Amino acid sequence: MIDGFIALYIFMLAAFTGYEVISRVPVILHTPLMSGSNFVHGIVLVGAMVALGNAHNLAEQVIGFIGVLLAAGNVVGGYVSTERMLAMFKTSRDTKQGPQT
Amino acid sequence: MSAVLPSSLTDILIQAAYFVAALLFIIGLKRMSSPKGAKNGIVWAGLGMLIAGLITFLWPGMHNFVLIIVAIFIGGLLAWWSGRRVPMTAMPQMVALYNGMGGGAAAAIAAEELVRGEPLAWAPAILAVLGAIIGAVSFSGSLIAFAKLQGIINKSLRYGAQQIVNALVLLGTVALGLWIVLLHGAAPVPVVIVFFVLALLFGVLVTLPIGGADMPVVISLYNACTGLAVAFEGFVIGNAAMIIAGMVVGAAGTLLTQLMAKAMNRSLANVLFSNFGETATGSADEVTGSLKPIDAADAGVMMAYANKVIIVPGYGMAVAQAQHKVWEMTQLLQNRGVTVKFAIHPVAGRMPGHMNVLLAEAGVPYDLIADLEDINPEFATADVSLIIGANDVVNPDARSKTDSPIYGMPILNADKSRNVIVIKRGQGRGFSGVENSLFYMDNTRMLYGDGQAAVTQLIQNIKAIE
Repeated sequence: MIDGFIALYIFMLAAFTGYEVISRVPVILHTPLMSGSNFVHGIVLVGAMVALGNAHNLAEQVIGFIGVLLAAGNVVGGYVSTERMLAMFKTSRDTKQGPQT
Repeated sequence: MSAVLPSSLTDILIQAAYFVAALLFIIGLKRMSSPKGAKNGIVWAGLGMLIAGLITFLWPGMHNFVLIIVAIFIGGLLAWWSGRRVPMTAMPQMVALYNGMGGGAAAAIAAEELVRGEPLAWAPAILAVLGAIIGAVSFSGSLIAFAKLQGIINKSLRYGAQQIVNALVLLGTVALGLWIVLLHGAAPVPVVIVFFVLALLFGVLVTLPIGGADMPVVISLYNACTGLAVAFEGFVIGNAAMIIAGMVVGAAGTLLTQLMAKAMNRSLANVLFSNFGETATGSADEVTGSLKPIDAADAGVMMAYANKVIIVPGYGMAVAQAQHKVWEMTQLLQNRGVTVKFAIHPVAGRMPGHMNVLLAEAGVPYDLIADLEDINPEFATADVSLIIGANDVVNPDARSKTDSPIYGMPILNADKSRNVIVIKRGQGRGFSGVENSLFYMDNTRMLYGDGQAAVTQLIQNIKAIE
């Protein structure tokens, strides 16, 4: 288990990490990046699996099932859409100049 | 499963896998924030997700494996099928949809904890309830955002006492949440049900009045919200990977939301609580001059003999599916020695960067595409600015007219170029409902027609010159 202040430290450091990782992103990548971060919070799938895995009666099973179903949609949909968008970025074939950021 | 391995070893294995997953997520996001590494950034993050997902089957005391696998299969298959076949123009609403699903999943985890009726300590009880509210609002709100962008809901519902009704629903949600917390998360089931219904209702009510132009900001906000909800529920069930990934997305999403709101010169509160478009009829009648039409032949000649052409694409171009034709025309002009550049406003399309994706889809290399700050000084040296389906982002009123609703929004200085050609379907106004004085300037010509048809005509006329 993660308790008290340890959890607070994790929350704080993760928040700064997220802020720093994104802070210098060029505008052209905003949409793919939003989609990519959308994929990353698909990690909720793991929690939903544990919740359904510990469900004991019908009501809990139904809620857990919905949770896993939605989370799986988040994961797969997030991955597919991000991957499709990023696959399109390419630079001029003839000119070998770097990306404009 | 704990029979296969000693439980301490399973635990170490699970924690190590989550650690690696969290690391891979951060590396993946970092790579996705630069054009060079972006493509494999998602693969890194995907690998992390795969590891975390698989290892969770070893979680001690798990059962219902068949249900879990069936749910993953159905949810995953539907998302895969829909994600593969949507056109790129519809991507923003798909992001909203998938994001809403994540929020719903976080709310479901909270519901599971609260329905179980076992008393929780203070911190988990508070975070479970907070995560439940944020996740549920993100779920229902994202669905409304999806329905609006998809055109299922066309109207922005607005009525007199709207803010008061919304405030009351929120107040009710928070009050019930507080009650559940005070009962250590072991409240009677009907209370929990009403609590969730109110939270879902709030998400619907708060999103309904928001206009289509502001939707990207709202989707981005809900994305951040889902991240936060996931982090909170991660704390409740003691899952470090969820806390870290959720919090990283929460922070990154908040920053992205701010960047978007800033690009539109709106504050977040303004987007959420003011009814933009209602009050925007201000001073339209002060525009002087007239709209001067041009035909495709003249426009084609004008561009073919230019030294430099800057194309300003807007969402109208994407709706008309004209981007492939635009790229064809660009190549024709390049063969004639014309310098062609694309100027992208930060909010062109339906999301920042959406237009870049649409142009990339048509095959336009990204080094021809320039951001607002880079391209604005260049308009003065351009012979022709070709505006396709863009309106508010080139409206000079944003610079000068203090009483204009879009005053202060950074714009592309297309009016500074020697000639301006505007491809437009009719004489209507932009998303904001504001009259555009650029269209009435002396050096502006209007080329009326559907984006794709107009560009096709231009191509024919440019070809005919040779």
